[in-house]
Amino acid sequence: MSESSSEIRDIELTVNVAKRRGKAEPRLLLVDFLRHELGLTGTHVGCEHGVCGACTVMFNGHSARACLLFAAQANGADIVTVEGLANPDGSLNVLQEAFREHHGLQCGFCTPGMLITLTEHLRDNPDTTEEEMRVALSGNLCRCTGYEAIVEAGLDAARQLRDAGKERA
Amino acid sequence: MKPAPFAYHDPTTIAGAAELLGRFDNARPLAGGQSLVPMMNFRLAMPDHIVDLNGVAELAGITVGETVSLGAMTRQRDIEFHQGLAEACPILREALLQVGHRQTRNRGTIGGSLCHLDPAAEMPAVMTLLDATLHAAAWNKLPRQISMRDFAVDFMDSALEPGELLTRVEFAPWAPGHGWAWREFARRHGDFALAAAGVLVALTPRGDIDRLAIVISGLGPRPVRLTSVETAAAGAKANDALVAAAVAAASRVSAQDDIHASAAYRQRIAGVMAERALRAAFERARAGSPAHV
Repeated sequence: MSESSSEIRDIELTVNVAKRRGKAEPRLLLVDFLRHELGLTGTHVGCEHGVCGACTVMFNGHSARACLLFAAQANGADIVTVEGLANPDGSLNVLQEAFREHHGLQCGFCTPGMLITLTEHLRDNPDTTEEEMRVALSGNLCRCTGYEAIVEAGLDAARQLRDAGKERA
Repeated sequence: MKPAPFAYHDPTTIAGAAELLGRFDNARPLAGGQSLVPMMNFRLAMPDHIVDLNGVAELAGITVGETVSLGAMTRQRDIEFHQGLAEACPILREALLQVGHRQTRNRGTIGGSLCHLDPAAEMPAVMTLLDATLHAAAWNKLPRQISMRDFAVDFMDSALEPGELLTRVEFAPWAPGHGWAWREFARRHGDFALAAAGVLVALTPRGDIDRLAIVISGLGPRPVRLTSVETAAAGAKANDALVAAAVAAASRVSAQDDIHASAAYRQRIAGVMAERALRAAFERARAGSPAHV
């Protein structure tokens, strides 16, 4: 029979390649666990009902809303947040640098979710078209309405990643 | 907002999940969580017990053969990228691409969508179109089968009894070479449709209608099949007169006003979607080639 309780659970998981642990009562949302229990405040809390995309994280290799997952469901999971995107030396990665270059952020609130969504999209669709990128971004809202610059940044990052791939080949 | 407190259970078998759902009052199964968790965050749903199905491996999986079987916990993502399914039943993927966004489909499940039964949701309408059979399990009860037509009872209300668990959905794919199309109108991509139409059609070697199925969704509380048009179409020509009959029938489907659109507007859009879906399905059936979505 399953473990069952309203009690606080120990959660062990991998976040940005590091083993982490924390405590969570059943109703604690993953996004609040990341922010308050693990101190990873890069992932933002927006609408809390899965519409705005600000809380998007990579969950076992796929993008997911961290406001629609309970921390208890993340026991044993492999999570990547915006804090895990930079290069090992701490410099911005290609996508992040492209956002800086193209003014892909204004207030910055939606940016963590945008970056995670595009990280998955570029990984799975290295030859993305502009239309495919816009569809991929349809689940992330930018209330500064800075979509043009975000798409430009994403397309530029795609180009750079393709070129880098060719050089390695 | 944050959800109200609840007890969390994570069974690993169907029997274990069914027992928990049967044993506890006000217990809800948690599938992909893309509808239930928003409702919990808003406290529109306040279950005392959450039975998380994500660890029940036997609830997930796709088999394609004489019939197609989709485990209730099969992710929409896995249906979207399944090659055999795209060939056997291409309308599923065409409709699925209108379900939410990448992030939603990564987590969302076929069973969750069918049980949530939003009136404008794509999966209940497609399963209505396919005359699917739903398999349910319960604690201390024999498993039973429910046809999709009987499953969708009313507005977000399924035929599942309290404590009953959807385990899988099964349907017979149409013969290779059939035509298909899903067409819907939503204000923004990924939004719930104001009106949608799905069509499956098989043509005779002469190009007449052998078999036709049309579903309209988003108008009333549950998907509606245009059975009178389907029946009259057998043996008829796939022509403008048939399209006109379907448009007229789609525009007569009972509809409700809400903040997004008036009933009359939805009915008009339903007619337009029916026409577009029919013409696209005819064209694909004439081309007779499988899946190039």
